[in-house]
Amino acid sequence: MKRKSTTVFLGLASLCAAFLLTNCSEMLVLNPKGPIGEAERFVIYTAIALMLIVVIPVFVMAIWFPWKYRASNTKATYSPKWSYSARIDWVIWLIPIGIITALAILVWVETHRLNPYKPIAFSVKPIRIEAVSLDWKWLFIYPDHNIAAVNQLVFPAKVPLSFRITSDTVMTSFFIPQLGSQIYAMAGMQTRLHLMADEPGIYRGQNQQFSGAGFSHMHFKAMAVTQREFDEWVQKTKQSSNKLDLARYGEIQKPSIGYPVTYFSSVKPGLFGHIIGKYNSMNMKPPAMKGKYGSAQRKNSLSEES
Amino acid sequence: MFGKLTFQAIPYHNPITMGAVVGAMLLGIIILVLITYFRKWPYLWNEWLTSLDPKRIGIMYIILALVMLLRGFSDAIMMRAQQALAVGASQGYLPPDHFNQIFGAHGSIMIVFMAMPFLTGLMNIVVPQQIGSRDVAFPFMNAVSLWLTAAGALLVMTSLGIGEFSKAGWSGYAPLTERQYSPGTGVDYWIWSFQIAGAASLMSGINFLVTILKMRAPGMKLMRMPMFVWTTLVTNVLMIFAFPVLTVALLLITLDRYLGMHFFTNGLGGNMMMYTNLFWIWGHPEVYIVILPAFGIFSEVVATFSRKRLFGYTSLVYATVAIMVLSFCVWLHHFFTMGAGPNVNIAFGISTMLIAVPTGVKIFNWLFTMYRGRIRFTTPMYWTLAFISTFALGGMAGVLLSVPPADFVLHNSLFLIAHFHNMLIPGTLFGFFAGYAYWFPKAFGFPLSEKWGKRAFWCWLIGFYLAFIPLYILGFMGMPRRMQHYENPAWHPYLIVAAVGTAVISVGILCLMMQLFVSIRERHARRDMTGDPWDGRTLEWATASPPAVYNFAVIPVVQDVDAFWDMKERDVAYQQPTKYHDIRMPKSTAKGLLTGGFTFLFGFSMVWYIWWLAVLSALGIVFMVINRACDDNTEYVISAGEVEKIENERYRLLASAAANRAAEGV
Repeated sequence: MKRKSTTVFLGLASLCAAFLLTNCSEMLVLNPKGPIGEAERFVIYTAIALMLIVVIPVFVMAIWFPWKYRASNTKATYSPKWSYSARIDWVIWLIPIGIITALAILVWVETHRLNPYKPIAFSVKPIRIEAVSLDWKWLFIYPDHNIAAVNQLVFPAKVPLSFRITSDTVMTSFFIPQLGSQIYAMAGMQTRLHLMADEPGIYRGQNQQFSGAGFSHMHFKAMAVTQREFDEWVQKTKQSSNKLDLARYGEIQKPSIGYPVTYFSSVKPGLFGHIIGKYNSMNMKPPAMKGKYGSAQRKNSLSEES
Repeated sequence: MFGKLTFQAIPYHNPITMGAVVGAMLLGIIILVLITYFRKWPYLWNEWLTSLDPKRIGIMYIILALVMLLRGFSDAIMMRAQQALAVGASQGYLPPDHFNQIFGAHGSIMIVFMAMPFLTGLMNIVVPQQIGSRDVAFPFMNAVSLWLTAAGALLVMTSLGIGEFSKAGWSGYAPLTERQYSPGTGVDYWIWSFQIAGAASLMSGINFLVTILKMRAPGMKLMRMPMFVWTTLVTNVLMIFAFPVLTVALLLITLDRYLGMHFFTNGLGGNMMMYTNLFWIWGHPEVYIVILPAFGIFSEVVATFSRKRLFGYTSLVYATVAIMVLSFCVWLHHFFTMGAGPNVNIAFGISTMLIAVPTGVKIFNWLFTMYRGRIRFTTPMYWTLAFISTFALGGMAGVLLSVPPADFVLHNSLFLIAHFHNMLIPGTLFGFFAGYAYWFPKAFGFPLSEKWGKRAFWCWLIGFYLAFIPLYILGFMGMPRRMQHYENPAWHPYLIVAAVGTAVISVGILCLMMQLFVSIRERHARRDMTGDPWDGRTLEWATASPPAVYNFAVIPVVQDVDAFWDMKERDVAYQQPTKYHDIRMPKSTAKGLLTGGFTFLFGFSMVWYIWWLAVLSALGIVFMVINRACDDNTEYVISAGEVEKIENERYRLLASAAANRAAEGV
């Protein structure tokens, strides 16, 4: 028995040690760089603290009881018929209920507060970004600036970001761990997300939902820069010779891994709505069925239309 | 003629897969040769493959589960090895095409072909005996369930050597599983193996629900049933309500894939969110289906080895039933991040947390069962003790994930993987291992080696912590699940530790094999003549080890929760009855096995679009069922004289065991 408890303690101790030893900046979720992520870290810590009220006694009892009442300890009380105590019954039902009630209040308040659809209240007007998940890359459209970028998200720090997100492939999940909440991207639908970075920095952005062969490579740099740097970046992007029209979009949309970071100086107006709309239009042509089992049927649908 | 099936379906180009295929085939051939050499075919056929005895069927279920555990665990080793290697410039040794099959196969196998057969096997061996019954309600349907499960498992194994397995994960999210994105046969293997095993589970659920409700011994009211029977009953209700949803979800995706319909496609009116809902309406109760019987096992073990009545029996029953109801009200917590409004997420978040209340009550009940007991530290008790504290940790992670804003940053990360392995390994698997060691002497007549059992235990426990604590940390570091390759070097050390943990667990598996080998070798010395090696409390310990085919020569009368303990206290446990009666038992039949065989052929031909074979095998299934239904001569009689002879032998053994004990006492 002694060995068992030692193991449990070692396990927990190594967990704590690992937390301490890890370079804190690598614990992305616990080292947020924006208000949403910070609020979510607070929720995590609060929930853990509340649960420890009941979990720590369980650990203590799980080690102390077997040790004390081991068969070789004949001095310990032995009550083979004792199998009920109303007082204990009340306590073991009510304490978890109490903790869950506290957690439920936390859930109520924080889920409303951290609703990803809710705009961030801030003195600066948010920047709108339209994100499209593709096989296996991300396309970001800046409707306010009429520019776009593939596999890189550049945005000013201390400015709220208002995302509209969709997918032109399978279901994916848009996530920048250090800024907070993720949300699914689904074809024919638009999800919303509001994030903000408190300070400039390069953060990791990724698809969090498995989406096929190139999934592991579906990540991007989320670069929070100063407002001046951002304006410069917009100007630079405007100089680019790349224009995002439907033909170019059809090329980007083809499944590929490691698509290079590309900037576009202009975007076909309403492209985001078009990407969503093509799955909803009632008079849309059925997609061409290529090959016996209809693989890659949708690849050409856009170019056919254009 | 052979649909899509050509020689290209065999993965010659992949040395890892071919190695596994050749290895599995060699092992199979060796086993077949050995059976032939020792002329064991008639024995195997008559006593096992055609048997309708739930004890035999249960053992076959568990053998299937252990074999599939090895397969599923090999997948785990390969995944951990890949992630320990594939950082930065290194792509590891598995290309995405192969890696993506492996995690899907691992999940599918561990849930549907390891956990489910293991629990159904334990139910088969234990439930009839615990309720004082000679058989299950539908013995033939029981055999069909077994052979359908085996057919499903064989289909998964076949995908290794012919074609491929699904590359879309065990949950098979649409539209990734639609043929537009997964044109190969892998998803079809996944669909048909799940569909077949699902039908088998549904039948098991019906069978055992009826068995428990209708076949209890006189005096065994519902509130006198052993905890394992209660948890099995609740699991059966969950099976009956949950599995049809899986069947429908799979059927709809089958229609999409085979007939070009649009239930879950991206466009043309399809709605992939509906698949996710349907899958988890089955999937979440499913985790309670596999975990509740384990809770029952822990309850039996903790009472027996604390030599004390289970604390708070009524409380435990209500807690179990509360979990049954709640488990159907929480499925949305698997996709808080799909964009539902806050009120929807709150409702499902809170209903999820509520499950922590009855689960917490159970933990405290087990702890207070030990309180003021006399605890013997046997292998089953080791598994139980490790479970209690480890499970509390996993439960904490689970409640954390049920808080939507926390889930927003932890969803689909390795934190989630760590959480559910932390529930299913200590919860389900440790429970099944405890049950395996606890009831092994009942099934075979000799206990397993404690020494090797404890070695296996330490390897599993230490290996578990090494393998999954790093995954919790990696979740906080933002690492998504299912990555074939990653750039971030900071994740690397943790993945190496996790791989080491997997290696330690594999030593644990070797110890389990060694335990079985050593115990079988020493079976004569280990022989349990009493039928009650642990000084048990419930009725299964009233029978011989292994029990006679009819379990009880005379059906016992139950007067207490711990029925057998109560009999021992009243000194009536070992009174030989003066008179025996004829006993009717079901005859062996090959029709269950044949139904399973036809079902495998049906699944295989559907995967490969071999339509004529699909039609023929479907007709074969229908024929077997009708043929069986028309058979009126399904039982045989064991005469009172024969029963007396068997029972006299049992009482002779009991007497000699008592004499041995007395001699040792002197």
